[in-house]
Amino acid sequence: MAPALFHLFALLTVASAVGVVATKNAVTAAMSFLLCLVGVAGLFVQLDAYLLAFLLLLVYAGAVVALFLFIIMLLDTQGQKNWGFKKFPIFVSLIALGLLLTGLGTFVTRGQLDAPNPNAAGGVGAALKPYAYQLFTTYLLPVQVMGFLLLIAMLGVIVLSKKIDGVEDVK
Amino acid sequence: MIDFWSNLHPVVQGLIKGLAVIMVIFPLAGACSLAERKVSAWMQGRPGPNRAIVPWIAWIPFVGTFLQRLGVFHLMADGAKFLFKEEPVPGHVNKVYFALAPAIAMMPALTTITVVPFGAYFNAAGDAIPLVLANVDVGLLAVFAVSSLGVYSLILAGWASNSKYPFLGSVRASAQLISYELSMTLSVIPVFLWINAPGAPGTMSLAKVVEFQSLPGFWGGTWFVFLMPLSAFIFLVSLFAETNRQPFDMPESEADLVGGFHTEYGAFKWSLFFVAEYSHMLVGSGVFTLLFFGGWNPLPWISLADLVGWLHHATHAAWTIHPLFVGVLSLGIFLGKVLTLIFIFMWVRWTVPRFRYDQVMKLGWQKLLPLAIANLILYALAIAFIQKSAS
Repeated sequence: MAPALFHLFALLTVASAVGVVATKNAVTAAMSFLLCLVGVAGLFVQLDAYLLAFLLLLVYAGAVVALFLFIIMLLDTQGQKNWGFKKFPIFVSLIALGLLLTGLGTFVTRGQLDAPNPNAAGGVGAALKPYAYQLFTTYLLPVQVMGFLLLIAMLGVIVLSKKIDGVEDVK
Repeated sequence: MIDFWSNLHPVVQGLIKGLAVIMVIFPLAGACSLAERKVSAWMQGRPGPNRAIVPWIAWIPFVGTFLQRLGVFHLMADGAKFLFKEEPVPGHVNKVYFALAPAIAMMPALTTITVVPFGAYFNAAGDAIPLVLANVDVGLLAVFAVSSLGVYSLILAGWASNSKYPFLGSVRASAQLISYELSMTLSVIPVFLWINAPGAPGTMSLAKVVEFQSLPGFWGGTWFVFLMPLSAFIFLVSLFAETNRQPFDMPESEADLVGGFHTEYGAFKWSLFFVAEYSHMLVGSGVFTLLFFGGWNPLPWISLADLVGWLHHATHAAWTIHPLFVGVLSLGIFLGKVLTLIFIFMWVRWTVPRFRYDQVMKLGWQKLLPLAIANLILYALAIAFIQKSAS
């Protein structure tokens, strides 16, 4: 039962991830991304990481991809031609490809991933308390930094979208 | 019978249970659409749907006429009409997404029911066992996560229709649903702060919330609507917005967008959107009942266990403590509360005038969200203080 479900969700994830980059229609790409997230959430559920799975759905699938679609629809990218390859994207893609191959190579040579330390995990999964405890102790600094980043981004949006009297619209 | 059931493969068991729940929720959602027409007619002082009748039932005196006046056969007539009507697909639409959108509307609406408990019975040890398809610990989070996927049906329907009004409707929908999700999520956090006492394992299970509202004693039996009226209010307002009900019917707004996101839809696809909307309302009302109105407890300070105990004491009959009877009783109480809430939904719809779009955004971001945050901070401090002084 479990391997079949794993294969189903793994196939869904990989196929829709390929769909994101392979399709030319921006809306189809966003919807494939959505399916990809659902697949990953399914994999998380099989790892008993229910909280992670549902947070992934709630935040990314529920809000972020919806905003992607929102913007794609507002910009209306239907009539755009393919941009073709430019130097910088090719350069970045090659670096990413190198990283991916290195990652796969280590995976193949070592044969397996490190087993997670069962003590460190502390019964994470369904229970919320270990998560909260970790977030407020071990990972307090990253959480604060992320919160600060989001605050800056939010302030930036407010400043950019606010109409200030006496200032010419910068365009 | 029991042996046959427990010998089935778990997957088959799950499928049968899931189908059974869908078989209840789907007609119930359909019945809500009839109730909507009847309630609106009642509020506007007109008879409402009262003509459809099956011939051989019309022959029964009194009962036949009564059912005809009640309009119950309009439900069947509507269903049959939607099934056999021609399916119009306009030439300018994106066919794949056009057909996909109503299906996507149904999926989250029906999936959320898996984690919503709808009743309880008592086992031999006297513990309340919730009636639920999947009693997962992340309960409410799962409801929020899956129901937030419902926005895609509106977005896709509007985009695939490839015409102005549906597009405007879907753009409004995506902005509105995401805005009110924040207040909704923030408004329920005090409830979970309260039930997650220090030392106990953390939970977001909806069944646990009801368990807390059926404890003995004055504070134990208090429904959370009395403890946290502001949370309940914010949740209810957000629920109206999340289910696109008037006064928040921006995605549809018949007044200025023809039919909003479903302008180009007809026949069965159109009815799927409506069944999905009513399913969302049913699940939303169910969650609201569980969180703030005591779930399957009949009255505040009177829990289901008390009621069953009294019944058993009064009648001395064995069937009063049979799990089947208790289960059906709790289900009846729960459904009664949910349907009352559905009636309130309709009551508001036909009483309050609809908002303008800028008013919806202003209410969501400038009134409800700060209120929800203030409410959360207040309750977090109060709960920390109470639990500190209690321990």
